[in-house]
Amino acid sequence: MRRLLSYMKKYTVYAILCPLLMILEVVADVVEPYLMSRIVDIGIANRDIGYILRTGSLMVVVALLGMTFGIISAHTGARAGYGFAAEVRKAAFEKIQSFSFTNLDQFTVSSLITRITNDCNILGQVAMMSLRLAIRAPFLMLMALIMSFTINASLARVFMVAIPLTALSIIMIIKKAGPLFRKLQSRVDRVNAVIQENLTGIRVVKSFNRQKFEEEKFKERNDNLRDTALRAVSTVIFLFPILNLVIYSTIMAVLWFGGKQLMVGNMGSGELISFITYITQVLISLMLISMFFMQLLRGIASGGRILEVLNTESEIKSPINAVEEIEDGSITFENVSFIYPGSREKVLKDINFHVDSGETLGIIGSTGSSKTSLVQLIPRLYDVTEGAVIVGGRDVRDYDLVALRDQVAFVLQKNTLFSGTLRENMKWGNENATDEEIIEALKKAQAWEFVSKYEDGLDHWVEQGGSNFSGGQKQRLCIARALVKSPKIIILDDSTSAVDVATDAKIQKAFKEELREVTKIIIAQRISSIQNADRIIVMHEGRIESIGDHDTLMNTSPIYREIYESQQKGVINQ
Amino acid sequence: MNDPKKLKRLRPSNPMKTIKRLFSYFRFNKILFFLGVLFVIISSASQILTNAMLSPIIDSLVKLKMDVFIRYLIIMGVLVVAIAVFQYYGSLFMAKLAQRTIHKIREDMFAHMEKLPISFFDTRSHGELMSTFTNDVDMLNMTLEQSVSQVIISIISVVGTFAVMLFLSPLLTLVVALMLLVMFGAIRYVGKRSANSFRNQQAALADMNGYIEEMMSGQKVVKVFNYEDRAIKTFLTKNEELRKASTRASTYGVMLLPVMGNLSFVLYALVSMLGAFLVIANRMTIGNIASFLQYTRTVSRPITEVSNQLNTLFAALAGAERIFNILDEEVEVDEGDVRLVQDEDGKSYWKVPMENGEYQMVPLRGHITFKDVNFGYTKGKTVLKNINLYAKPGQKIAFVGSTGAGKTTITNLINRFYEIDEGEILYDGIDIRRINKFDLRSTMSIVLQDVHLFEGTVADNIRYGRLDATDEEVVEAAKLANAHYFITNLPDGYNTMLTADGQNLSQGERQLLSIARAAVANPTILILDEATSSIDTRTEKLIAEGMDKLMEGRTTFVIAHRLSTVRDANAIMVLENGQIIERGDHQDLMNQRGRYYALNMGQIELE
Repeated sequence: MRRLLSYMKKYTVYAILCPLLMILEVVADVVEPYLMSRIVDIGIANRDIGYILRTGSLMVVVALLGMTFGIISAHTGARAGYGFAAEVRKAAFEKIQSFSFTNLDQFTVSSLITRITNDCNILGQVAMMSLRLAIRAPFLMLMALIMSFTINASLARVFMVAIPLTALSIIMIIKKAGPLFRKLQSRVDRVNAVIQENLTGIRVVKSFNRQKFEEEKFKERNDNLRDTALRAVSTVIFLFPILNLVIYSTIMAVLWFGGKQLMVGNMGSGELISFITYITQVLISLMLISMFFMQLLRGIASGGRILEVLNTESEIKSPINAVEEIEDGSITFENVSFIYPGSREKVLKDINFHVDSGETLGIIGSTGSSKTSLVQLIPRLYDVTEGAVIVGGRDVRDYDLVALRDQVAFVLQKNTLFSGTLRENMKWGNENATDEEIIEALKKAQAWEFVSKYEDGLDHWVEQGGSNFSGGQKQRLCIARALVKSPKIIILDDSTSAVDVATDAKIQKAFKEELREVTKIIIAQRISSIQNADRIIVMHEGRIESIGDHDTLMNTSPIYREIYESQQKGVINQ
Repeated sequence: MNDPKKLKRLRPSNPMKTIKRLFSYFRFNKILFFLGVLFVIISSASQILTNAMLSPIIDSLVKLKMDVFIRYLIIMGVLVVAIAVFQYYGSLFMAKLAQRTIHKIREDMFAHMEKLPISFFDTRSHGELMSTFTNDVDMLNMTLEQSVSQVIISIISVVGTFAVMLFLSPLLTLVVALMLLVMFGAIRYVGKRSANSFRNQQAALADMNGYIEEMMSGQKVVKVFNYEDRAIKTFLTKNEELRKASTRASTYGVMLLPVMGNLSFVLYALVSMLGAFLVIANRMTIGNIASFLQYTRTVSRPITEVSNQLNTLFAALAGAERIFNILDEEVEVDEGDVRLVQDEDGKSYWKVPMENGEYQMVPLRGHITFKDVNFGYTKGKTVLKNINLYAKPGQKIAFVGSTGAGKTTITNLINRFYEIDEGEILYDGIDIRRINKFDLRSTMSIVLQDVHLFEGTVADNIRYGRLDATDEEVVEAAKLANAHYFITNLPDGYNTMLTADGQNLSQGERQLLSIARAAVANPTILILDEATSSIDTRTEKLIAEGMDKLMEGRTTFVIAHRLSTVRDANAIMVLENGQIIERGDHQDLMNQRGRYYALNMGQIELE
């Protein structure tokens, strides 16, 4: 927790000013009833108009001062609280940027989003509330108690009953309500799950005529939600009536005992009146303190989740004395084995192969044969468990990570484009790419044929996730983006599955003719995509079943033959 | 990412209309509403009267009248108990009212959603719809639970307090009223700035959240392109914006409390002074002053509370508007009068009502005809032109063509997810617009490219195709789809629970389940839309036999990217720009040396 608090450093001044001013405001609040009691007990009793006017004016001045302190306190509190939240958010975001693929797998995208958005917000709000309430409520309670004891110590003894009674009731209610509200949250999640399913799967629901079925499913969860909500709310509802009961009972007790003292002249009526005001202040402060604690718990929970992120270190780092230059695009895998961190089974076993610079390597195999896992080792998206990956004559772990990833272009299976112009998206490959360079890349990826048709050309807007492009167009744009890097090695992970066969052939042609120096690694489902590779690896259950070119494999690899035949069925009869 | 529409989210366009409609929901719980309001009124009134008791009590003490003192103290005691009891039950009834109302609204929303046409879902973002179902409903819930009582209490407090104050001293009341006007001015001033800054904060928040969602979803791409530093740079700008906006919004939001609180102390001071003079002039008693002072403390509090809640109140009303907009959407229209019936032997017939009042029984066979069909999702943009085709019962018709040529659109029309603009589609000779949608769809099964599974066991999901399928039928269907093997290898076999959308299975496994689901429905017409795109060609071949068995005797429409899937179709339709440019079986089309030939040749060219 201390680590989190360190993010407040930049705003220390505000963090101190806020509670300080808050204290001053509280003093003003507490002084007012006292001054009023003087007006009654001295001013009225002695019919001293001058005294009344003086004290009254003092009350107005104190009130205006209190207001000023309150406003400045509000501002400083906000600056400190939200400044703190901004610093924590920044630290979390920067930390996530340093995450390796393993770290990202560990956390899942949706939980990372929740942590940076929700949890940081909660942290900021709780911080702000702490600065204000944490000081104000206890201090107010303390001051009001002191004033009460100063006015009439024996009468103030009622607090010895009132305070524990209030505290006990509050604690009991919170204890009972806590688990009920947690249960409520899970019921809400259940209801939302059905809604989400029906929103995305409405076609399935309608084609199978399952509307009634889904409605009944929903009804059950909705009913449960209502019942749990009522139970939770019913417990909390006790709070205010009980509080009022205690407050007014205390007031009545004070009236009784204080009244007796008033009648024998031991107490002034002004004192009695102000005493009553202090009772309300004390007991309401108590309630505010307990509410604060509930918020604090929320804040601690959120803080914990953020700390989990901040305390995670990526295991993939650039080494000291990192090498910046990659000689060439040759790749060698030496006795490589790989297990996903946290997993028990090896997904890659005894991988050995070599690719010369400029060659084309095809990788094919059934679903789940670990093709993607293999190529992810080249730009160190994951590190090998055993063995070594050698690029340009050096172990990839010797290179500077940024340099390595600049030289090894990877087109992921999931094609993500980002909201912005086409130009901005293409420049991800190279910040300083010129329009000519971008167009060159688009041409090679066979994407220029549709981009050139846009009126706004490279300024054409890309919606979030690239939703305004078809599957095939997105894939080609992602290939172009990778080409802008001018890499030594380019890896395409099933990147032409949505592209029709003819276009795929054109891409391969462009690669072969215009990227002679670049080592090309292509993972594909279609034999036609890799048929002309210099070398093809056939993967099966994490091992290399065979390596060779197309003709060799047709003779030596039963798996390769099977795949080929299943795709060629019927055409051979031509 | 900064959508101006999102900024409008906070201001309801027609608050009164929405409020009236919300109130109409209360009619389902009239007694609760009546009692709740009544009890809240009683408890507030009791609270006011209790404060009124201070006056005679203190006076009786000053005048040393013990018996009067005790009498009033007892009255106060009764009132205090009344406050507690009526406050408890009042809040309870209001809370019950709120929960039941929200429950009904949720139920209505869901039921209505199930009836909405597909076009509704295709034209809206799921995130937005989900937000209305969750966030907006939640906010409404909170508002109903707290704000309704709050408003009633505030009104009673202010009105009741003013009444008693007038009774005690018109002069002092005048002073209070004048001061309240000043306070109102302060509320308006701060309130306007608060609302503005609140809007800005929400905009900055939406911007930040949108950016984070995009970045986190694409974080792997960020790593691959060394984009980290640039991402941080953009982030820092947005972070600073959010910080500034939140600070300002919070300052104005929180400011109201000390402002109002201290202005009421100024009032307190003025009343003390003026009251003191009145007592000296024998126009008021000290007890009266005590009560009056207590009232001035209580009259400003409700006003402050309500003005604090105004922002959230408006936001909740805006949310309620969005909820009602969904409830007002037009449902899917179904004027089909042709129903599906079964005779004693279990054979199915279409019961077609004739003009003379009798019925014609047409056997269900699965014959589909498209005649001159034109269709566009939006007016003026035709997606399918002049589509003519027919499928005899049991035939396999394949559609090929580039992305966006219109293949999926055709399947959207067969089961009437969308209605055609021109032409007609005949099912066993009957215009499908005459066929009841429920019955129409019960004869068809669809296997989509995007597999959607539901929370539940594997068996539940397969049974989704036909709820009354026996366990044996479920297993048979799974075997047909070649899913049986991997299912039995799961931890609990057929009883394995699937997480949301079946994410604990691989893509290929999910698709096999989807095929099993279609199989168990025993449909007359089968539609396969890219059903095996995620399955590698080896596994696909393995289930090809099962698929063949599945398709036996059923009219099948297949859409596939992979030409190997369509090779044995009775007829292949080649689509381009929404028109059928070639048709025939594989041999015919290859002989034509046209587009189909070219698509196939792309494979062979490289040899």
